[in-house]
Amino acid sequence: MKRFIGFIKKEFYHIFRDRRSLFILFGMPIAQILLFGFAITNEINNVDIAILDHSKDATTEEIINKISASKYFSVNQFIEKESDIETIFKKGKVKAVLNFEKDFSKNLIKDHNATLQIITDATDPNTANTISNFVNAILTQYQKELNKDITIEYQIVPRTRMVYNPELKSVYMFVPGVMTIILMLVSAMMTSISITREKELGTMEILLVSPLKPLQVIIGKVFPYIFLSIINALVIIVLSIFIFKMPVQGSLVLLGLESILFIISALALGILISTISATQQTAMMISLMGLMLPVILLSGFIFPISSMPIPLQVISNIIPAKWFIIIIKGIMLKGVGLQYVWKETLILFGMTVFFIGLSVKKYKIRLE
Amino acid sequence: MNNERVIQVEGLTKMFGDFTAVNAITFEVNKGEIFGFLSANGAGKTTAMKMLVGISNPTSGKANVAGFDVFTNAEEIKKNIGYMSQKFALYDDLTVKENITFFGGIYGLSRKRIKEKSAILIQELGLEKVANKLVGALPLGWKQKLSFSVSLLHDPKIVFLDEPTGGVDPITRRQFWEMIYKAAHQGTTVFVTTHYMDEAEYCDRVSIMVNGKIEALDTPKKLKEQFKADNMNDVFLKLARG
Amino acid sequence: MKIILYIIQKEFKQIFRNKGMLPIIFVLPLLQLIILSNAATFEVKNIKFGYIDSDHTSTSRALIEKFNASTYFEVSTDFPSEQLASAAMLKGEVDVLLEIPNYFERDLQKEKHNNLGITINAIDGAAAGVENVYVTQIVQRFNKNLKVDLFQVSDKQIQPINIETVPLFWYNETLNYKTFMVPGILVLLVTMITLFLSGMNIVREKEIGTLEQINVTPIRKSQFIIGKLFPFWVIGMGILTVGLIIARVIFNVPIVGSLPLMYLYTSIYILVILGIGLFISNFTDTQQQAMFIAWFFTVIFILMSGLFTPIESMPEWAQILTEFNPIKYFVEVMRMVMLKGSGFMDILPQLSKTILYAFIMNGLAIWSYKKTN
Repeated sequence: MKRFIGFIKKEFYHIFRDRRSLFILFGMPIAQILLFGFAITNEINNVDIAILDHSKDATTEEIINKISASKYFSVNQFIEKESDIETIFKKGKVKAVLNFEKDFSKNLIKDHNATLQIITDATDPNTANTISNFVNAILTQYQKELNKDITIEYQIVPRTRMVYNPELKSVYMFVPGVMTIILMLVSAMMTSISITREKELGTMEILLVSPLKPLQVIIGKVFPYIFLSIINALVIIVLSIFIFKMPVQGSLVLLGLESILFIISALALGILISTISATQQTAMMISLMGLMLPVILLSGFIFPISSMPIPLQVISNIIPAKWFIIIIKGIMLKGVGLQYVWKETLILFGMTVFFIGLSVKKYKIRLE
Repeated sequence: MNNERVIQVEGLTKMFGDFTAVNAITFEVNKGEIFGFLSANGAGKTTAMKMLVGISNPTSGKANVAGFDVFTNAEEIKKNIGYMSQKFALYDDLTVKENITFFGGIYGLSRKRIKEKSAILIQELGLEKVANKLVGALPLGWKQKLSFSVSLLHDPKIVFLDEPTGGVDPITRRQFWEMIYKAAHQGTTVFVTTHYMDEAEYCDRVSIMVNGKIEALDTPKKLKEQFKADNMNDVFLKLARG
Repeated sequence: MKIILYIIQKEFKQIFRNKGMLPIIFVLPLLQLIILSNAATFEVKNIKFGYIDSDHTSTSRALIEKFNASTYFEVSTDFPSEQLASAAMLKGEVDVLLEIPNYFERDLQKEKHNNLGITINAIDGAAAGVENVYVTQIVQRFNKNLKVDLFQVSDKQIQPINIETVPLFWYNETLNYKTFMVPGILVLLVTMITLFLSGMNIVREKEIGTLEQINVTPIRKSQFIIGKLFPFWVIGMGILTVGLIIARVIFNVPIVGSLPLMYLYTSIYILVILGIGLFISNFTDTQQQAMFIAWFFTVIFILMSGLFTPIESMPEWAQILTEFNPIKYFVEVMRMVMLKGSGFMDILPQLSKTILYAFIMNGLAIWSYKKTN
């Protein structure tokens, strides 16, 4: 037992003496969460819009003013002909063109009908769709005003309630994801590098011949990083709550425990990676290339999993991050307790045990 | 052995912060000499050597190697010297032939020349069978000998060897020193550091560093007389203690 | 000059001999391109839908039928009570809940209007917005047909003023996300590979000691650096090429603009990335440190590149920061040239900034590389 503690102490020394790495281990996640919390958002702001107005009458002017006044749009260009649209889209700054047909006001008065084309640059389909929807919403509001003296009969009035995130803040969507990604990458990377480093330098053999049991070596190597990651997780959670005003509707204790579980699973994954890598370079490349993009894209962090093709939905099930994101969102935003996330917790637990078990097995093989 | 001085060092000092690794050392080396640069482990010999080969800037003092100043003309020095580092420094993932070709090319040897020297070298070292094997697969002794030969590829005036025989068996050590004698005989000056005191006996002259300072500098014979010792090992012990 | 060739030759040999790394450098990125491009979509599909029908009339059933028939909504569950529905939403089993109140049909006939309750899980605010649009569209269409079929809206009825909005989506009529994401993901992969390889490479030689051996030779540092980085530049361009082929053949992404222009821009872009990698390796002693620093910048650059979320949506200060993000320019150029056919003059701002970046970065990197310490 004393040997084991001595081993853990040595691991701690290694880490704390490497100042540069330490700075990165702590500083980076903080910098990143601050950056992302504020910068990553789907909401549109001041999108550049151009106007192609064939009528130039009072109504079109009113509509244009309403669009200008909206914080979502910034009207700063007026074009005269259809062929100009292609030119300004190619330049890349203007994202949409509003095309008012000729005799707009006249048509409205005579036929009660006029057409406005919302031409969007759909190379970014998401923004294009959002712009279309928002312009539409502004026009619907305007129409209501025009029609306020007319009562419309047989109207079904939908009353919509947005729950868990009434203000539709994208921060609620992204912060849990950013937390997860940072914890996962840092944990997996740290352990995979730490172990392959020993392999490359040759000190692994010393460990192998020591009286320490394989499980002890693995746990010993991982222990300091659990400690570091927990501190990281704490800092991230605190920042999320105080700076991004993320609510914690559910139990903080449960949140903490689940985080520890996730950290251990990520560390275990790191160890597994290290058992299949001969050099540090390989371990790092696998952690980063093999882990980073899939985690960002398949965990439900930015893109909804339910929208992906079925095979990808299946694959996303083996990514621990996916389950943790569900758990965090559940606890923080929905306020659920263990009875609602026990399934996901169990899965995470199972994965962790699997990773550790596989690593010990591979490690043992090396001994024989 | 003529008296042309190929290395001239005066008051050379290297400090890392408050710590003085090399403390105002002064000495000279003549052409064709085998000069042994001895000290206990970690006493500054590698640091001193790095300054002489131009990869470390001195804190103060002067040194001339192959006629060029280490401070202002380090790149010229490099054209005229060879170096074999303590940490084996050939590429493990290249073959014997590829390593030779690479370093030959870096030193500007023509392709013809590289081919010639390659053949000679491989034959002399008896590496025909492993010429196309990765260097990483070779036993340590062979690697060291190869490293030494590669450092001589471009016929440098001086060759610097940092603990060249660390970790090899006695027979290989003997073979190594035979190679060193041969090189010196052909006019190459050999500047070698070691902590094997028996190897000091093979050198023409020996300097001994203690705590960054040179405390003794002479032929092995004269040093043994001076310190009333039977062998260089005892000379060193007496110096280190006193 | 010949010396550079010797270094290039050695580097290529080492890269291709590293059996463990080869699949990671070549196969993995392209595999990711294929798989992950399918994942990246903001489309909202397969919405988990549930309803509480307290009315049980033909009207309410007809409305529910409309949702069942819609391709956007899936998993339609009938909840007998509000508690069960709320619990389901907490569990994540349902995201959109329709609450049809008592007397839905009767109120519509007698009072001429009624209420419909819609509850949407808004954790993903953007998706919630889209879901709301879908729901509203279905309800409005249903409402319109109801007026015509059931209630025979009389001619004397004054028609409301209607502004018809026609959305037109240029360059991507079907709002196909792949068209948008594939070039972006390709950019990422080219960047990550070249950055990590170049950043790690020199530090690796430092760690194992061969760098010292190189520094002792008379080789000029420019020769060494060019020789070292050239192979990675080639690899980067190679990945770009294969990636473009995959984009065209597998994803049918249109390549509207000039290929030579894309290659020209990429060749300069890769120089920037290599410069960054070299710069990092000059200031770190171990591969571990180099990796961490490279990772730090990569994650930031990726998430703030405008690839996943638009740059225009970011706060002012963040937008200024993106000026220093090389990936941002690459993503813009790729999309502009590939999808819109933008020309040389159109991408001149990005191109010149990238060239400037390349000069500064590589200049710094070469200057900070010291053969003598």
